[in-house]
Amino acid sequence: MSKITRRKFLAGSMAGGAAIAMAPTKKAFGANLEGFPDGMGVLVDMTRCVGCRSCEAACNKEQNLPEPNKSFDDFSVFDEIKHGEKRRPTEKAYTVVNRYEPEGSEPVYRKIQCNHCNEPACLTSCFVNAYTKTPEGAVIYNDKVCVGCRNCMIACPFSIPAYSYSSAINPIIKKCIFCYDTRLKNGQTPACVEACPQQVMVFGKRKELIKIAHDRIRRSPGKYVDQVYGEKEVGGTGWLYLSGVPFQQAGFNVSLPSEPIINNVKDFLAIVPMVLAIWPALFTGFHLLATKGKSHGHGDDHSHDGQEEH
Amino acid sequence: MKKLAANGIKPHDAEMRADGQKFSLMEKLLLGLTLDQYVQQVIRNKFNWILALIFAVGIPLIIYRFIFGLGVVTHSSYDYPWGLFLGFGLFCMVPLSASGFMLGTTVEIFGRHDFEPIERLALLNGLLGYFFAVVYLLVDLGQPWRLAYPMVYSFGPAAVLFLVGWHVATYLSVQVAEVSTAFFEWIGFRRGYEFIRKGTIGLTVSGIILSTLHQGALGALFVYAPGKVHPLWYSAPFQWIHFFVSSIPAGLCMVICVSTVVIYTMKWRCDQRFIDSLDRITISLAKGASMGLFTYLVIKFLAVAHDNEWAYLATGWGAWWLFEIFFGVILALLVLGVGIHHKSVALCRLGALITVLGILLNRLNTALIAFNWNLYPEIPHIFEVIISITIFAIYIATYRFILNRLPILYQFKNRAEA
Ligand code: SF4
Ligand code: SF4
Ligand code: SF4
Repeated sequence: MSKITRRKFLAGSMAGGAAIAMAPTKKAFGANLEGFPDGMGVLVDMTRCVGCRSCEAACNKEQNLPEPNKSFDDFSVFDEIKHGEKRRPTEKAYTVVNRYEPEGSEPVYRKIQCNHCNEPACLTSCFVNAYTKTPEGAVIYNDKVCVGCRNCMIACPFSIPAYSYSSAINPIIKKCIFCYDTRLKNGQTPACVEACPQQVMVFGKRKELIKIAHDRIRRSPGKYVDQVYGEKEVGGTGWLYLSGVPFQQAGFNVSLPSEPIINNVKDFLAIVPMVLAIWPALFTGFHLLATKGKSHGHGDDHSHDGQEEH
Repeated sequence: MKKLAANGIKPHDAEMRADGQKFSLMEKLLLGLTLDQYVQQVIRNKFNWILALIFAVGIPLIIYRFIFGLGVVTHSSYDYPWGLFLGFGLFCMVPLSASGFMLGTTVEIFGRHDFEPIERLALLNGLLGYFFAVVYLLVDLGQPWRLAYPMVYSFGPAAVLFLVGWHVATYLSVQVAEVSTAFFEWIGFRRGYEFIRKGTIGLTVSGIILSTLHQGALGALFVYAPGKVHPLWYSAPFQWIHFFVSSIPAGLCMVICVSTVVIYTMKWRCDQRFIDSLDRITISLAKGASMGLFTYLVIKFLAVAHDNEWAYLATGWGAWWLFEIFFGVILALLVLGVGIHHKSVALCRLGALITVLGILLNRLNTALIAFNWNLYPEIPHIFEVIISITIFAIYIATYRFILNRLPILYQFKNRAEA
């Protein structure tokens, strides 16, 4: 089943009514998806990254983000710890590079941004459909409809979306959009990828990037751990990572399921049409049984007792 | 009010005066007192002073929030996008308001008219709880003026929140209709009253459907966040059942608690029928609640067994989880059980209070405390706490305002006694 029809299908079952007729089957929810076949992605090879933060600077410029507190050549940001955590993308920075120091190895640097999931949790959790997965592979966001419930921030398994809380009249979600408006739409390389002096990132079709990644692992088995992060995680992501140290040690969440997040919700979604179909008959039936033979009217209720007392 | 009653003054409770004239709206609003008497009893009541104090601090803060944005009253956390406003206001208020559909079902569907004296209180409890859950939501939404977007403008029908939004909105209107009978009586609009009464069964059944789904959906919302919610509080297949089943004792026990407060503080407003039947009803409600709680207990452990999470029980989080279960469910069950067995209303009430606290703990655990368990714990901003308390105080004040007036605790009479 293609991705679009499946999403439409879910939509139908939530909306109720029509969905009763086509009660969902397990299979309809369970299929594994490849996303748009020609979707683009980026392969990030962390063994090449030196932590120069050029990508952060490029993104800041491309996306017209406010000037940061510390300039992009200030490397003390790598030591910043807030609430026990390293930096994360914020409303002012769609991408951040963090330094990790695995035992017995050189420091490694990891660039964080939206991973542009094949089956985005942010998208499926949004009740006004503010997110779109474009055929080019980007997950973009429409701030004109966003209500600000922040469910997408709850749902994103990579904790990517940030929110401009400080705005009173137009707070919106802020996250990497794969440079969709300015570049990806025209087939151009994203700003951060282009800016990297070390060729850490390769921009290309996701399908081909996966091949390249496995090729690299095969050719230098000692250099990489044998895993492409993002190939399987939560149904696959557009951005993929290669690492020389176990991913865990570079701060990746390695406990993510390989199924898309929405699959977790399928048990609940499946009961919706059932409740809608069965409950009315069931409870009306109960009512008829329970009140059979008894006086049916409500003369015994709140209304007219006053008269009787007089 | 007690003092006034001692002086032989009776509160307004009928459509017409003893002499056959109709009461005016003003008289109804002032409970049949003169303006002076009314103002005096408002001032005499110490509780009003507490409310006034809370409002004096909290309402400016709410205005402050709307002028300067969420950033000034919360920690603006990206990791904890949902704070107290939703963690308490939505996820706790909604289950505690499941009373409306529970008692509606009992009385209207199962024909148990012996529960009727408390039916309206339960319906009102449901209506107000939902209404104020929406108020909390409005404070929390980044752009509350777009609240209706998912209904009319841009649809995300595959999202669980879409279902919650639609259902809470529809259910609110159902509850307004259900409670409106009391209002129509009070205002003297017979035709409206009779019109709604005819549709009662339909309203009640739609109430059951909507409640089953959205109570469950609130649980399903967290299913989007595996790995963020601690595994003991997370269960993809069971989450919605946990939330739905626990809403049953939550709603019933909330009614017991409210009726307890009412009988001790507003006895003047209750009629003899309510006073006489309350003990019996409390025990029956406690029975219902304990059955719900027991089911909940079983499925809580079922979920742990299903995902084979026993090992987590030995951790600190496990101890916290066990505390929630032992305090909020097992202890509550024991107290309720002893209370029911010995027909002790006091114990049933205590058990109900424990149940309510247990549900609060569960929802706060899922939404805030055990959320992001492998990150840092979020302590809500002090302003966030104050605003949450203020909205709750407005809820109480509204609740009392309505109970004082509409025929919820008493039956409306045709003509007042001389
Ligand atoms: S990484 Fe998060 S924000 Fe980006 S597409 Fe995936 S779920 Fe959405
Ligand atoms: S915050 Fe906006 S984009 Fe995110 S789920 Fe809510 S409405 Fe959708
Ligand atoms: S793809 Fe574009 S928006 Fe995303 S991090 Fe790179 S430069 Fe920023």
